[in-house]
Amino acid sequence: MIPAIEVRAVNKSFGNVEIIRNLNLRVERGERHAVIGPNGAGKSTTFNLISGYLAPTSGDVLLNGEVVSGLPPFEINRRGLSRSFQLTNVFARMTVWDNVRCAVLWASGQRYAFWKSMDDLQGVNERTIRILEDIHLAARRDVIAGLLPYAEQRALEIGITVAGGSDVIILDEPTAGMSHAETERAMALIKRLTEERTLVIVEHDMNVVFGLADRISVLVYGEIIASGTPAEIRNNPRVKEAYLGQEAVDA
Amino acid sequence: MTELLSSAPISRVVPWPRLRFYAVWAMVAVVLAAFPSVFTSASSLTTFSLVGTAIIFALSYNILLGQTGLLSFGHAVYYGIGAFFAVHSMNLIPQYGLPVPLPFVPLIGGVAGLLLAILTGWISTRRAGTVFSMISLGIAELAVALALILTDFFGGEDGISTNRTKLPAWFGWHFGPQVQVYYLVAFWVFISALAMYALTRTPLGKICNAVRDNPERVQFVGYDPHVVRYLAFCFAGLFAGIAGALAAISFESANFTDLGWVKSGAVIFSTYIGGTSIFVGPIVGAIFFVYLSLSLSDYTSVWQLYFGLLFILVVRYAPGGIGGTLLMHRMPLRVGRLGGILKTYAIAAIPTLMLVAGFVLAVETIVHHTVNANEDPRIKAFGVSFDASSLVTWMIAVVLMLIGYFVGRLTWQGVTRAWDDARTIASERGIPS
Amino acid sequence: MLELVIISALNGVLYGLLLFLMASGLTVVFSMLGVLNFAHAGFYMLGAFFGFQISKWFGFWWALLLAPIIVGLIGAAVERFALRDIHRSGHVAELLFTFGLAYVIEEVVQIIWGKDPVDYRGPPSLDFPAFSIFSTNYPSYKVFMFAVSVAVFVALLVVIKRSRIGLVVQASLTHPQMVAHLGHNVGLVFTLVFGVGIGLAALAGVIAGPILQTQSNMAASLIALLFVIIVVGGLGSLAGAFVASLLIGLIQTFAVSLDGSLASLFGPLSPDAPQFLIRNIWTVTIAQVAPIIPYALLILVLILRPMGLFGTRET
Repeated sequence: MIPAIEVRAVNKSFGNVEIIRNLNLRVERGERHAVIGPNGAGKSTTFNLISGYLAPTSGDVLLNGEVVSGLPPFEINRRGLSRSFQLTNVFARMTVWDNVRCAVLWASGQRYAFWKSMDDLQGVNERTIRILEDIHLAARRDVIAGLLPYAEQRALEIGITVAGGSDVIILDEPTAGMSHAETERAMALIKRLTEERTLVIVEHDMNVVFGLADRISVLVYGEIIASGTPAEIRNNPRVKEAYLGQEAVDA
Repeated sequence: MTELLSSAPISRVVPWPRLRFYAVWAMVAVVLAAFPSVFTSASSLTTFSLVGTAIIFALSYNILLGQTGLLSFGHAVYYGIGAFFAVHSMNLIPQYGLPVPLPFVPLIGGVAGLLLAILTGWISTRRAGTVFSMISLGIAELAVALALILTDFFGGEDGISTNRTKLPAWFGWHFGPQVQVYYLVAFWVFISALAMYALTRTPLGKICNAVRDNPERVQFVGYDPHVVRYLAFCFAGLFAGIAGALAAISFESANFTDLGWVKSGAVIFSTYIGGTSIFVGPIVGAIFFVYLSLSLSDYTSVWQLYFGLLFILVVRYAPGGIGGTLLMHRMPLRVGRLGGILKTYAIAAIPTLMLVAGFVLAVETIVHHTVNANEDPRIKAFGVSFDASSLVTWMIAVVLMLIGYFVGRLTWQGVTRAWDDARTIASERGIPS
Repeated sequence: MLELVIISALNGVLYGLLLFLMASGLTVVFSMLGVLNFAHAGFYMLGAFFGFQISKWFGFWWALLLAPIIVGLIGAAVERFALRDIHRSGHVAELLFTFGLAYVIEEVVQIIWGKDPVDYRGPPSLDFPAFSIFSTNYPSYKVFMFAVSVAVFVALLVVIKRSRIGLVVQASLTHPQMVAHLGHNVGLVFTLVFGVGIGLAALAGVIAGPILQTQSNMAASLIALLFVIIVVGGLGSLAGAFVASLLIGLIQTFAVSLDGSLASLFGPLSPDAPQFLIRNIWTVTIAQVAPIIPYALLILVLILRPMGLFGTRET
């Protein structure tokens, strides 16, 4: 079976600094895959490479078997991959309602239409309402997104990411900066919204990682040192040494 | 994905407030139609033609600045090209006996603006932000330089003139009388404003807003921000061309200054001062700008200076412009604090006006000494006479400014406090500010 | 012909150096503060008029010293008391503010000194021919302008390569996002850099005033030319700005001194050629086309090499 995402021997350098070295990653369809690693390991860079935000210096990124590295982000999005951002990245001066509507538009085939009224687009509006109910923001639909409290902005961020209906969702630290209760709710939300889709997630919170992921990859200094089921990762001596051990010492 | 879409019960889509929409635009149409019956003089009809043209131009500019976040320094290029194409078609139509009446000429101007925007837009909109602004200025300079070289088309320094009454009549109208021109302009103002308003409600219009707010994120929901900016640019060019053609019809001429620097600056000023964040903002700004430029010049010779300072103050202290600032007061209104805030305004207004009066007095005195040094020192500005050579005048100016500044600072702190109170109440009640 | 070429080359390089005095400050401020200062040419004009006024009162040498300092202080005050607060409203607001400022500066200059050119002259002590090329005397004032410009570059280079502030400036040119994360006192550095940049523009005004016309419209057309220079040179590249300044200076000077047209090359259009509205392309001289060349160059560079001649970041 063709994997949803395949990263083949990707390198990425900024000037003389090599951030990603010979990265190989395989995410099967329908899998929930977590990427973990210490700060500065290159997790966000990996996401940026997969989503087209950055182009690899060498190597290929494949989405559903098609090479997408080098394509601009919107082309990759149109091929069925959607991502969220570590720092909240919504349309700050627009209402919650319009934020989600914009995220639904392309996937609904509206393209750059300037001859239709948004309010006549039944499909778009119904889908938007459903997303808003899913992320529990239906009551906040007319609030300007930039004025939402942090946790609600994070929820909106996830809503925008899943709204287009992409098959592959990648989330960059979706629970960063959340309280314990907020994290639990966000986890439940992510689980529900990504059912039957492929999910790749970068996360620091180990409870989230081990509660959510089918498979885990450990990234250290730009290299994947281990990839496997949560149980395999838990017992991998290299991971213990490089990552979990250090984490335990820190804690 | 199908799971997701069928999971929640489908709520009723809130209907588009069609009734309100039709009511508002029908009212606009009635007002436009009734205007000549109320203001019968030719001069007020001429003024309206000026205002109407400025409104279309400012609204077209706001497609760029307010809707898409693009600050262009060369929007008058598309206005000017519309004006020149209109003038040439008004000359060529009677010459070749073409069956095109005057009301269709604005369309020719609009198409000219659109075509030029299609040509220049793709490189200009490759990047947003500052680079876009720099390129727009470069293209504007290029256009002015070309206009001065291609004298056959642009008429050099003198421009090209025409006669609008030579075109085939339109249901018996030759557009000689001012009232007929008024209806032509009013018709195009109505159509253009309606079209531009409708544009903000379309998928493209919404995505323009999204590109303005966050061009990066737009890419991750499937849109190419470059294409979005380009399309917005083309629409702005189309309506700017219509505005230019209407100006050419009103003045029966076009001149290279129509596509130049002063015109581009004027549309930036009026759009921004009116407010870019709401649709009517540029309309308010255009009316305000035309009114000030017609009336202020009667009161003072340096009205442009005051206008520039006003613009700077708006950027610095009221970035929402007139429209945005008015809109800001919805929040205190909802929490019942508007009265208190207005009271602090009334108090702050007194020292602020003193400061302004002292400043104006000082400026007018300086102007007298530098510009009209040999004339009678008893001068008149804003209807007030004073002796520019006397020391008393200077002292009054200085005292007014000092008192105004120091007392003003205290009273404006009161305004800030009143706003803070209103904000606190609003956040307690969960009302967004 | 050779005489013309040599004189034009000298004048072109000199004009280019003056442009670089302005463009360098503009591009450094743009990279560090993210502000494109639309009023930059306005401060150049203020420099010229302050230079004129001070040299009228106290003599040229005092003007050369004082005018850039005064204008630089005004610039620093603008950064400290206005731009810093507007920064929160975003880059569009900043650009609009400097746009309004440029407009106000022009109005103020018109009010104080009028619309006509003022009679601004260099010092009498430099009023003699330095050397002559064939039959043309080259004025020593221009040699002096060369000397001042070159001295400023050497000083700038030393400061940028050797001082701590220089290191910050260098870093900001290559990694503009990084500067935001620099530690304390970055505000003071910003004010300083802004003030010095404005001061350099004013210095250019003081020394260029006597040669070019000192007039209230001298800023308006210049700012567009400066934008062309920093885009063509490549955003954030001082070397690029230098090369682009010289290039524009030379092109402008040579084009003005040439007097050819398509008609002079190919002969006049036959009288039965169509009387088309743009037929005067044929009779336009190169001198008339001169003002267009920089902007044509801008568009060409944007199409062929969007990051500019020396840029590392795409514009």
